[in-house]
Amino acid sequence: MSQLPKPDAAGLRARYPDVFDRPAAARLAFPAMLLVAFAVFVFGLVDLDFSPARLVAGLHQLGWITMMMIPPNPGASLPAYLVAMGETLSIALLGTTLAAVFALPVSLLAARNIVPSGIFRFPVRRFFDSIRGIDQLIWALVWINVVGLGPFAGVLAIAVSDFGAFGKLFSEAIEGADKKQVEGIRASGGNALHEIRFGLLPQVLPVIAGQVLYFIESNTRSATIIGIVGAGGIGLQLAEQIRVLEWQKVSFLILMILVAVAAIDWISSRLRFAIIGRRAVA
Amino acid sequence: MTIAVPILPSSQLAALNEAYRRAVARKRLRMTIATAVFVAALAIAAIGAEVNLRTLFTQFGNFVSYFDRILTLESGARVWTDIVEWFWGWRKWLVLLGETLLISYVGTLVGAILAFGLNFFAAENTSPARWLRFAVKRFLEFCRTVPGIVFALIFVIAFGLGPMAGVMAIAIHSTGALGKLFSEIVENADMKPIEGLRATGAGWTSCMRFAVLPQVSAGFAGYTLLRFEINVREASVMGFVGAGGIGQELLVAVRKFYYSDVSAILLLIIVTVFMIDIGTGWIRGRLFGKEARA
Repeated sequence: MSQLPKPDAAGLRARYPDVFDRPAAARLAFPAMLLVAFAVFVFGLVDLDFSPARLVAGLHQLGWITMMMIPPNPGASLPAYLVAMGETLSIALLGTTLAAVFALPVSLLAARNIVPSGIFRFPVRRFFDSIRGIDQLIWALVWINVVGLGPFAGVLAIAVSDFGAFGKLFSEAIEGADKKQVEGIRASGGNALHEIRFGLLPQVLPVIAGQVLYFIESNTRSATIIGIVGAGGIGLQLAEQIRVLEWQKVSFLILMILVAVAAIDWISSRLRFAIIGRRAVA
Repeated sequence: MTIAVPILPSSQLAALNEAYRRAVARKRLRMTIATAVFVAALAIAAIGAEVNLRTLFTQFGNFVSYFDRILTLESGARVWTDIVEWFWGWRKWLVLLGETLLISYVGTLVGAILAFGLNFFAAENTSPARWLRFAVKRFLEFCRTVPGIVFALIFVIAFGLGPMAGVMAIAIHSTGALGKLFSEIVENADMKPIEGLRATGAGWTSCMRFAVLPQVSAGFAGYTLLRFEINVREASVMGFVGAGGIGQELLVAVRKFYYSDVSAILLLIIVTVFMIDIGTGWIRGRLFGKEARA
C-alpha cells in the first residue's frame, strides 16, 4: 500500500500566508455578523411579545382549531362559494389584462433603448417603483373608497399594483431585445413607430406573454385575499367564516383555494410552454 | 454586368407559394381563435367581477380627488407646506414601522431556518427517501399556496391579537417559498463533491455539510435577502387583520378618512421599502459581487 507523503505544513504556511494567517478583521467578520443577526432576532422576540407561555397556549389553540377543521364541510353555502371563486378568477384575469394593456406603452418610456435620455426615464422608473412599493391590499382599500365595496375594486387594485410590476418587467424585456432588427427597419426607411412595431414587438411579445401568464397565476393567489378588506371574491367569504369560527367551512374554502390555484398553475404553465417553448420558461 | 437571379419553374414555385400561404393562414387562424377565446374569457370575467364602467367613469374623479384630498391638511393647505403638522404622529408611526421591520426580520429568519432544515429532504438529489421527499414537498407547497394573510387571520384567533401572529404567518409562508427555492438550488449543485465524500465513507449529514453547503450557501443567503424585501411589504399589511405593524394604523386612517395621515403613512411605507430594497441590494452586492445584484 502506498502512503501519501506527509504534508509539509511549515512550507505550506510560508507559501500561503493569506489562507493560514488571515487578518483578525476578516476572521471575526462572519461570527460578528452572525452575532448581530442573532441579537436583533432576540430583541425582536422580546419586543414583539413572544413568550413561551403564549406560544404553548397558542399552539394548543391551533391544534384544537385544526381538529375542528376536519372534515372540511361547506354546509349549505357551496353554490355561494363557487360563485365567489368565479369572482376571484375573474378579478385575477381582468386585473392582470388591464395592467398589461396599460403598462406596455408606458414601459417603452422606461426602456433605455427607446428613451436614451435619463431625465425622462428616471421619473418613469421611480413612478413604477413607488406603485410597487405599496401592497395590493392597500390599493384595494383606496379603490373601495372610489368605486365602493365589491369585486370591481379588486380588479382595479390588481390592475394598479401590477401596472408597476409590469412596467419594470416589460421595460427590462425591451432593453434585452436585439438591436439588429430595429436597425434593419431603420435602414430600410422605417420611422420610430415602425421600428417599435416590426423590430421590437415581435421580439418582446413572447416574453411579455409569458410574464402576463405568470402574473395571472400569481394574481389568482392575491385575488383570494383581496376580499379580506372587502374587495370581493372568495377572501370575503373566508374572512367572514374565520370571524364566526366556522372552522369546517374555513378548511373547505382553503381547500378550494388550493385546488383552484393548482388548476390555474397547470393551465398557465401549459400555455406558457406553448407560447415560448420549454427552455425559456426554466 | 448582369446578375442572373435563378427563378424556379412556375410549377414548383406555385407549390412552394401554396405551402407558404397555407402555413400563414394556419397561423392566422390559430391567432384569431386564441384572441376570440381570450376576449370571451375577459367578457365572462367582466360580468363575474361586476365591472361597471359607468361607475368607474362617474367615480374616476373621486380617485383623482382622493389623492388630492390625502395631500391636503385639515386646514386646507397642501401637506408639504407644513411638514410638522403632516407628520404629527411621526413618533408613533416610526415605532410601528420599526415593529413592521422586526416582524419581517424575525419571520424571515425563522422561515429561512425552517426552510434550511427541510430543503435537503425536498431536493431530488439529496433526499434520503422518496416518501419523505414527497411529504416535505407537499408540506412546503401548502405553506406557500395559502396566502400569508390567511394564516395571520387564523393565528390572530389562536395566538391573540398582536405582532406574534404576524411573525408566525410570515414565517410559515417564507418556509414554503424559501424551501422550494432552496431545494432548487440544491438540485442544481454539482454532485461530484458528494460522491467524493461518500467515497471516503462519510454519512448523509457530513455529505450535506461539507459537499452541498459550501456550494449553495451564497444562493441561500441571496434568496433570504430577497424574501426579506418581500416580507417587509407583506408585514406592512399584516395590521389589517390585527397582526401587528403599521397596517393597523393605516387601516384606521383610511376607514376614518384622516386624509393627510393616509398620505403620511403611505409615504413612510414607500420610503422604508425603498431603503430596504437598496440596503439588501447593497448587501447582496457586497456578498457575491456585482453580477449577483441583478
